[in-house]
Amino acid sequence: MHNKTITELSKALREKEFSSVELTQSYLDRIKKHNALNSFITIDEELALEGAKVADTILANTNTNTNLLTGIPIAQKDIFCTQGVKTSCGSKMLDNFISPYNATVVENFNNAGAVMLGKLNMDEFAMGSSNETSFYGSVQNPWNTRCVPGGSSGGSASAVAARLTPAATGTDTGGSIRQPASFCGITGLKPTYGRVSRYGMIAFASSLDQAGPMTRSVEDAALLLQTMSGFDTKDSTSIDIPVPNYSASLNNNLEGLKIGLPKEFFSEGLNNDVAQTIESAINEYRKMGAEIKEVSLPHMKLSIPVYYVIAPAECSANLSRFDGVRFGYRCPEPKDLNDLYIRSRGEAFGDEVKRRILMGTYALSAGYYDAYYIKAQKVRRLISEDFKQAFAEVDVLMGPVSPSPTFGLGEKTADPIEMYLADIYTIAVNLAGLPAISIPAGFADEKPVGLQIISNYFTEPHLLNIAHKFQQTTHWHQLSPKGFE
Amino acid sequence: MTLNTEQVKKIAYLARLGIDEKDIDTYARDLSNILDLMTQMSATNTDEVQPMAHPLDKKQRLRADAVLEIDQRESFQSIAPQVDSGLYLVPKVLD
Amino acid sequence: MEWETVIGLEIHAQLATKSKIFSSASTAYGAEPNTQACAIDLGLPGVLPVLNQEVVRMAVKFGMAIDAKIAPYSVFARKNYFYPDLPKGYQISQMDHPIVGTGHLDIEVDGSNKRIGITRAHLEEDAGKSLHENFPDSTGIDLNRAGTPLLEIVSEPDMRSAQEAVAYMRKIHELVQYLEICDGNMQEGSFRCDANVSIRPKGQKTLGTRAELKNINSFKFVEKAINIEVGRQIDILEGGGTVIQETRLYDADKNKTRSMRSKEEANDYRYFPDPDLLPVEITNELYQQVRTELPELPSAKRLRFQKQYQQDEEISTTLTSSRQLADYYEGVVKTSECDAKLCSNWVSGTFLGALNKAGLEINESPVNYERLAGLIKRIADQTISGKIAKQVFEELWNNNATADEIIEKQGLKQITDSKEIETLIDKIIADNPKQVEQYLSGKDKVFGFFVGQTMKASQGKASPREVNKILKNKLK
Repeated sequence: MHNKTITELSKALREKEFSSVELTQSYLDRIKKHNALNSFITIDEELALEGAKVADTILANTNTNTNLLTGIPIAQKDIFCTQGVKTSCGSKMLDNFISPYNATVVENFNNAGAVMLGKLNMDEFAMGSSNETSFYGSVQNPWNTRCVPGGSSGGSASAVAARLTPAATGTDTGGSIRQPASFCGITGLKPTYGRVSRYGMIAFASSLDQAGPMTRSVEDAALLLQTMSGFDTKDSTSIDIPVPNYSASLNNNLEGLKIGLPKEFFSEGLNNDVAQTIESAINEYRKMGAEIKEVSLPHMKLSIPVYYVIAPAECSANLSRFDGVRFGYRCPEPKDLNDLYIRSRGEAFGDEVKRRILMGTYALSAGYYDAYYIKAQKVRRLISEDFKQAFAEVDVLMGPVSPSPTFGLGEKTADPIEMYLADIYTIAVNLAGLPAISIPAGFADEKPVGLQIISNYFTEPHLLNIAHKFQQTTHWHQLSPKGFE
Repeated sequence: MTLNTEQVKKIAYLARLGIDEKDIDTYARDLSNILDLMTQMSATNTDEVQPMAHPLDKKQRLRADAVLEIDQRESFQSIAPQVDSGLYLVPKVLD
Repeated sequence: MEWETVIGLEIHAQLATKSKIFSSASTAYGAEPNTQACAIDLGLPGVLPVLNQEVVRMAVKFGMAIDAKIAPYSVFARKNYFYPDLPKGYQISQMDHPIVGTGHLDIEVDGSNKRIGITRAHLEEDAGKSLHENFPDSTGIDLNRAGTPLLEIVSEPDMRSAQEAVAYMRKIHELVQYLEICDGNMQEGSFRCDANVSIRPKGQKTLGTRAELKNINSFKFVEKAINIEVGRQIDILEGGGTVIQETRLYDADKNKTRSMRSKEEANDYRYFPDPDLLPVEITNELYQQVRTELPELPSAKRLRFQKQYQQDEEISTTLTSSRQLADYYEGVVKTSECDAKLCSNWVSGTFLGALNKAGLEINESPVNYERLAGLIKRIADQTISGKIAKQVFEELWNNNATADEIIEKQGLKQITDSKEIETLIDKIIADNPKQVEQYLSGKDKVFGFFVGQTMKASQGKASPREVNKILKNKLK
């Protein structure tokens, strides 16, 4: 049953092929069987089965018009606050943090009757591109267990690819959904900024963070997004526009679709096998009657410096609340207040988090604010203007998610900069706040490669439609890694 | 643009962030390398450009002035490192 | 050398909202520690702020009252520093784009007016409270106050004496209460003040180095603290030293100011726009709406009272010293429909006297304006004399009967029937031939004796006017 799509599972539950409890148990068993992947931080069997029981009674009483996610097991990235369940954000700082409240996204899944399997591994406070900064250890990529799953939503990507959960949530600040989705050969969608509530999602960089679904198919992504999306009065940056039916337009015809290929996405630094995979993927669209043309995002190359000013600046303040006073880690026997702050934060934050807090603190400090922060915000506008220009000419943009496929565990930990540079194709999208998706497009020396599709603000239905059509004509998303069939 | 160890220590203190003496040079090097990336921005003229703080050009929504929260002290303080008679405790602060 | 004192004030007024600026927790004072600190006030991971609309309206109201520019867009920023009563490690405040721009307020010091410039007024969240006394080697943190809306009102360095500073502070204090945006309660910390104090040789243009005096919470202490600080700075400079810029705390017991080192170190606040909040827009609609709600301001009311009720400046100032008193007075005038002066004599005289004696606020007064008006009516139509009226007022104060009931019950009605008075007077004249002699022989003073006797005989109820008239006739 673990190879079925959510739509198929939902149908089976309604036709009583199996119960939600049976389904949930089978996934719990798989999680245990494959715990070497280390994709989960917390598994609460009792809670999950309890939820499944509740779902089964709902399904028994009302069969037809319940939410399609009722009874479906879902795993949450450990960045979402889950009441009564440890919410660590991949950090020693929150290793003892049992959240007293639910994130809005979690509430939405609960209201839909979905079953929470557990909490997924991630880079510490979502800062990383390989899941190697997690306090709970690195995660294996099911396609090659010596390789990283990507990050920061590495646990989510690994678990979905290995069929340890039908679907998972992720968050994307600079590519944290799309890059691991690409590395693990699954579907990952980063919605328009403001489409999914950030309330209860532990903040990394508030003006960039956005939650989205990580699934095995676009069809499933549409279902999850339907539940995750929506206006939330608790989030001032949540946008008050109605949520369309994301599944309704999946099969629309793509005749006359205008696809733009930003030349900056295909410049030096792009791995040849990846380039070829992307080109053949784009050919599929050509066959479907799409019109392909080259476009340019002249300021895209600046997205790395802009991102590495803005994200650390915002995170340096966002992480100040972790001070050992009201929750989280407190150092033993602090001798005075500053000792309490300095040691609690020093002992509980990992290297990458410290590096970014220092970077952000510096960029905001007296004398550098204008040169770094203000400058970055101005260039940020130029980057988003580039996209506006491009979308005046074409419907969507396509290109790779990452210059190269997954790499060996520990291979790039030495030099943080090298890791940062690999975010070049994903970061600009967050700076502009646009929606983008990564879908399996093939392999580069047996490692999955994702195709990135970027569309205009709040055009998720069209984006999903375009991605779904690809999965109607290709089989990449159906392949499962050896040993996890 | 390079950061020396003194600057790193100063920033670390501003952020109340304990870092090991032995790591300071590494941080100094990494931060300096990141700062070198930043210099790429200065080549671009932005005199006429408005800073962009949010992806979407929206205005702040306002909330009605109503009390909707109930007392959850017990639940909130059950996860606190140190509390006594309803207060969060920290080492004595003198000023 | 002659020194000139230069003072600027930063006043923090807690806005009188029901809920906090960014959360729906109660702002009520005096609750059990941390029972009014919700997830947002505690800065739990993942929580987000949403702005209280009432806070915005109140700020705009204040801006209008000081003729300030209201910013069409204002921006919230994060002020970063670590302190246990600041849960998020940053305070949400306003830096480059405050909601209220430059305005001004006129104060009066020994009879002459002076205009004090107001640089800006911005919105921010209050911090919690650190309790240093409760535990031997710990500080206790109560976050009930965290997130209470504050309006920080920053003046220009326009004040030249402690006296001016206090006058300005009182004026702001009166204003925010008139606008009903702050309860002004200084004991509870709803209205607090920091003073930037410096001195310079008289005539020098450039400002001297200033000390910031923190949290001075009474008018008396503001005056004392400033004078003490000025003295300290003069001693330093005349002793050839230099004043260092620092934050100082006024110790009321020792009547001294001392340096607060803890506030000194590392004050690089790293302000930047809060990405969790969007720019605040003051729509024309909101602006006009607040305009219509703007009450008559103290100075305007004072002038109106002088014109409308022909009151002199002093009485008008007394009557408008608080919005409640002014409303009370106007209530009395309206219901009694009596002479405005007669009303003001009673309100500012007997009534305020009684209030002060009992230490009560207007809203706590046992005599509401309707009942006082009822009494004044009876004075005006001569049912009772002013003397008796005082007696009736006592009764009004002590039980809740109306003036008419009291006059009726105790038979205090004035005697205006001349027959009755004549009989009294005939008797008195008959009983006092000697005094009659004296009067007729030109001792006019004795007339008063007869009046007194008559009033006495009538237990004060005889109409003085009648008594005079009749006596004059009888004693020809």
